[in-house]
Amino acid sequence: MELTPDETIIFALRGIAITATVVNTWVIMALLTGVSVLVTRNLRPDVPPNRWRTALEVIVNGIVGQIAEISERRDPRVLYFVGTLFLFIVTANLLTVVPGFDTPTASLSTTAALALSVLVAVPIFGVGSRGIGGYLRSYIEPSFVMLPFNIIGEFSRGISLAIRLYGNIMSGAVIGAILLGVAPFFFPVVMDMLGLLTGVIQAYIFAILATVYISSATATPPVLDASETKEDTQ
Amino acid sequence: MTDLSIIAAISIFTAGLTVSFGALGPALGEGRAASSALSAIAQQPDAAATISRTLFVSLAMIESTAIYCFVVAMILLFANPFWNTALAAVTQGG
Repeated sequence: MELTPDETIIFALRGIAITATVVNTWVIMALLTGVSVLVTRNLRPDVPPNRWRTALEVIVNGIVGQIAEISERRDPRVLYFVGTLFLFIVTANLLTVVPGFDTPTASLSTTAALALSVLVAVPIFGVGSRGIGGYLRSYIEPSFVMLPFNIIGEFSRGISLAIRLYGNIMSGAVIGAILLGVAPFFFPVVMDMLGLLTGVIQAYIFAILATVYISSATATPPVLDASETKEDTQ
Repeated sequence: MTDLSIIAAISIFTAGLTVSFGALGPALGEGRAASSALSAIAQQPDAAATISRTLFVSLAMIESTAIYCFVVAMILLFANPFWNTALAAVTQGG
């Protein structure tokens, strides 16, 4: 039984094996980019919005709203990063229903790369908002004793992000394959529907956790403003 | 018993054990989380959207421990490194 699409080699490019993971990642990237380019081609105020543009606006507004609920600081770069992650993962997970398409998120390489990008983005956002000293100081809070635990926590976050996404998607594929051998007519369809739900939820969770990690790294101590306290009491 | 059959038997037994214990803990945890979320929604129906969103995120985080166990079981069954090493040693020796 194949546990990952890494073992399916599509073609070899100068001795480097190009696996199904790489090819399908590029397919998804081309799909997302192509659809976005096609929809936003006539993005002018005098052109009335059509249904594709409205759909895209609904998606983007939904992501903006979800991010605004989590992080207090409005930073459009968080939207670009997390929104891209979410759209990529959700497209990859939903394309599992296409027969013959090995989704790249069922490979540990893809999910590890995504988790690694989150792991790199967190210090970049943290340093960008607090400065190097301010970001490094967050490792020795609340006390110096917590330094090794904070460092371990940073890495275990990345590992758990990667394994969580990989395990969920891979388990859906494996359970589908096992049920095909046991009860081939009806049950695999039901489990595939469950897999669709799990895929969307896992994409949502990946994006939410990335937002939470980034906003916890960029969080500045709350400044009690006179106008803010006034609003709170109202 | 040969080395190969001992490795196979222990791997299969351990895979079952891993999944059983890995299902036990998260099932209890998810049950507690869901029941507290339901009582919270019953007390404050207005906050149902926030509660259910948080519930989904926390359920998936609890579930990920079960998924880790599942991944370990799958590795034991289908990608066992000890099995491959033992198999290579047997085919070379025999």
